[in-house]
Amino acid sequence: MTFNKLSRPLFAFLTAMLFAAQPMLFAQDNVEQAESTQVESEEKPFKAGEMIIEHILDAHEIHLIGDLVIYLPVITYSDDGLKVFSSSKLYHNEQSFVDHEGEHQVYYEHDGLVMYKERIYAAANGGVTLDPETGEVANATVLDFSITKTVAGLFLTCLILMFLFFSVARGYKKRKDSAPKGVQSFMEPLILFIRDEVVIPSVGAKKADRYMPFLLTIFFFIWIANVLGLIPFLGGFNVTGTLSVTLVLALIVFLVTTFSGNKHYWGHILWPPGVPFPIKLILVPIEFLGIFIKPLVLMIRLTANITAGHIIMLAFVALIFIFGNSMGETVGHGVGVGSVLFMVFMFFLELLVAFLQAYVFTLLASLYIGDATQEAHT
Amino acid sequence: MELLNVLLQIEAAGLAALGAGVAAIGAGMGIGKIGAAALESMARQPEATGDIRASMIIAAALIEGVALFGVIVCLLVVLG
Repeated sequence: MTFNKLSRPLFAFLTAMLFAAQPMLFAQDNVEQAESTQVESEEKPFKAGEMIIEHILDAHEIHLIGDLVIYLPVITYSDDGLKVFSSSKLYHNEQSFVDHEGEHQVYYEHDGLVMYKERIYAAANGGVTLDPETGEVANATVLDFSITKTVAGLFLTCLILMFLFFSVARGYKKRKDSAPKGVQSFMEPLILFIRDEVVIPSVGAKKADRYMPFLLTIFFFIWIANVLGLIPFLGGFNVTGTLSVTLVLALIVFLVTTFSGNKHYWGHILWPPGVPFPIKLILVPIEFLGIFIKPLVLMIRLTANITAGHIIMLAFVALIFIFGNSMGETVGHGVGVGSVLFMVFMFFLELLVAFLQAYVFTLLASLYIGDATQEAHT
Repeated sequence: MELLNVLLQIEAAGLAALGAGVAAIGAGMGIGKIGAAALESMARQPEATGDIRASMIIAAALIEGVALFGVIVCLLVVLG
């Protein structure tokens, strides 16, 4: 079979989509997972906004199904020293207090630490004290190094990356001059696609090998982390949907472009040649700000796309319960059928977005690096 | 005067929801234009369909990033 220039990226994309589309089969189970929370919330009304926000934000446990929970370690450092314990001790010690608006708020307490809304503070004498005017927590904070759900997701992504690429590298070493087999033959079109369609057009064939490891890591890390957040029963990781993770990725891109920028790069920014002087006065501040804004936009684009996808999926699930609770169970069942169909469609879209956002991040990163390392025009 | 009093009582969350809707309008208009131009050029030159399709998807992702930038700002208003 001959691969012409058009079919190779399409083939790479399609095989990757087929592989990543397996989670779609579990879309039905996503409804059951939310149903189990309905059983325990019979006492309080179902609040869609709260459920959605709770699933987007970080947590100290991985909630799989119903009562099946993985409790992650809590590691804090404060004036009392280092404290390491399982978060089950926190989650099994529920207290409540009445805040200044007269509503009951829940918090968890253990060993001189309190956890309110998934944030850990030092326990004051009354547990959690809220500032009466602003409603914010007035306890002292502690240094929180806990393994939270996002951190666990990061570790899982790195493990998958290492497992995948160590086998690919070992395969290449073993079969030095023969055809690739196994995982190798699956990864090769993707890697060559990144090298030939993304990196070499931007950075140039001479310097491509220097930046390939970095750009390949960025691409596969973001892709795997995005797909991880879509797998239904795996506790709802939201790795690339948190601003902190994408901030670090954008910061690394910023550092790489800044430190590999040559004289022509800085010359073009600070004193663009061939531009009349008055326009230079306007252009130079804009270009200087652009150095910082371009990685910033990378960060926001990735976070926003992934978080928006999660919110849409959660909103479809919440829709079932909003209808079911207010109009009777049969309406809930009916809406459930339509909702699941929409969710399957959105799942396909989210898989596309997972790949696309990784590709766009890598493409823009290689464009910025190419800008920074370009030689003088002759 | 009544209208002014009513307007002054709008909460931040209401304005944030309005802002997110306006951002969605921007995204819809932008990506609609991209889709229209892409379909037109695919009709004019069917051999270039692959290249045009790839460029369309990339351009749509970039524009969507800008629109979701607005959505994130509105979300931050609501959450904090």
